[in-house]
Amino acid sequence: MIIGQIKDGIVLDHITAGNAIRIYHVLGLDRLTCTVALIQHADSKKMGKKDIIKIGQVIDLDFDVLGYLDPGITVNIIRDGELAKREHLSLPEKITGIIRCKNPRCITMTEPGILQQFRLTDRKKKIYRCVFCDSEAPKEI
Amino acid sequence: MKHLIDILDLSREEIEELIAVSLDIIGNPEKYKDACRGKKLATLFYEPSTRTRLSFEAAMYELGGNVLGFSEANSSSVSKGESVSDTARIVGLYADVIAMRHPKEGAPLVASRVAGVPVINAGDGGHNHPTQTLADLLTIRREKGGFEDLTVGFCGDLKFGRTVHSLLSALSRYAGIRFVLISPEELKLPGYLVSDVIEKNGIPYTETESLDEALPELDVLYMTRVQKERFFNEADYLRLKDSYILTSDKLAAAKPTLSVMHPLPRVNEIAPEVDDDPRACYFRQAQNGKYIREALILSLLEVKV
Repeated sequence: MIIGQIKDGIVLDHITAGNAIRIYHVLGLDRLTCTVALIQHADSKKMGKKDIIKIGQVIDLDFDVLGYLDPGITVNIIRDGELAKREHLSLPEKITGIIRCKNPRCITMTEPGILQQFRLTDRKKKIYRCVFCDSEAPKEI
Repeated sequence: MKHLIDILDLSREEIEELIAVSLDIIGNPEKYKDACRGKKLATLFYEPSTRTRLSFEAAMYELGGNVLGFSEANSSSVSKGESVSDTARIVGLYADVIAMRHPKEGAPLVASRVAGVPVINAGDGGHNHPTQTLADLLTIRREKGGFEDLTVGFCGDLKFGRTVHSLLSALSRYAGIRFVLISPEELKLPGYLVSDVIEKNGIPYTETESLDEALPELDVLYMTRVQKERFFNEADYLRLKDSYILTSDKLAAAKPTLSVMHPLPRVNEIAPEVDDDPRACYFRQAQNGKYIREALILSLLEVKV
């Protein structure tokens, strides 16, 4: 399968195989009007299999969201057909406004206008806890 | 600006300083009687409390300050649906420091972000109760002379007991400490506290269902209430409830130097006959709560005496 090179845009590489569709929806890429290519289960020397997303324009990406969703992702920014910037992601220390606390006793359940925040407490096990009530973050967004 | 939301907001050194000031207050109360003259403490208590609210108020009065606030949500604008943020923002315009108890976890943290004055968490649901932990630490310091090389037993509801979780976290920072966790299977300490606090700090610990077996080796026994509604079935509750009631007979097997603590209120987990035993220090513990809250108010208001 041949997917053409992009002149200006973003390539999300080294996505865990099978994870691209979730990232596509969480990042709201379905709302873009430019070309977006989603490649699943591509061969990878490093990972065996991987997913790739190619976006045909440079857009603002929330690296914290991406890092939380899949910390192994490499973000390549392409300008004039050349690699302008490469970012290797990792789990962010804090995530804000992405996931909701599920603890019914948490103040975020009732307080209006409050921004949900979680902090990383165990990098190895990928555990985030609500900064308000310390409840473990739900695994799915 | 400093707040006290979680006991781990305070370093070991800061806790030592609060204890030192408390001990000075106990020895020289006259020196502190005008320390907070002209200052106001607001006690925002959204749910009932006896010891915590009254000890905060007594603490501020003993420092020469004044107190305002409410002791139930129904008597405030909260009953009209006002948010925690709005209430805190307004009260911060009237008072110099706020002590807040709220049934929702994290409410004092929300208040601290907007109040413009120091906020003290006086209990947020089943989450944190840092000033109880400070009172517990002052008590251990006064009863035992320090925190190192102690065997501390926690007995009863270790799963939901917020005072146990906070004290255990605070004591985990001291060398030579050892824990004995005494509870029924249903109410064991949550796994994340065992792994993230006890094991991470390399603290030796044992878990047992038997208070009788654990008692002889303890230097401190921290009792908590075992509530019937926490059990999955009544048969287990009936089987275990009496084994977590401390009586004079049981205490006969304990060290003569044991300190028996309880955050109070108790229901039936310590028999009244134990009150006269010199090893029972839960009433002294409640009194220590006032002294350490005085020290905390002074610290947050940056008042030097």
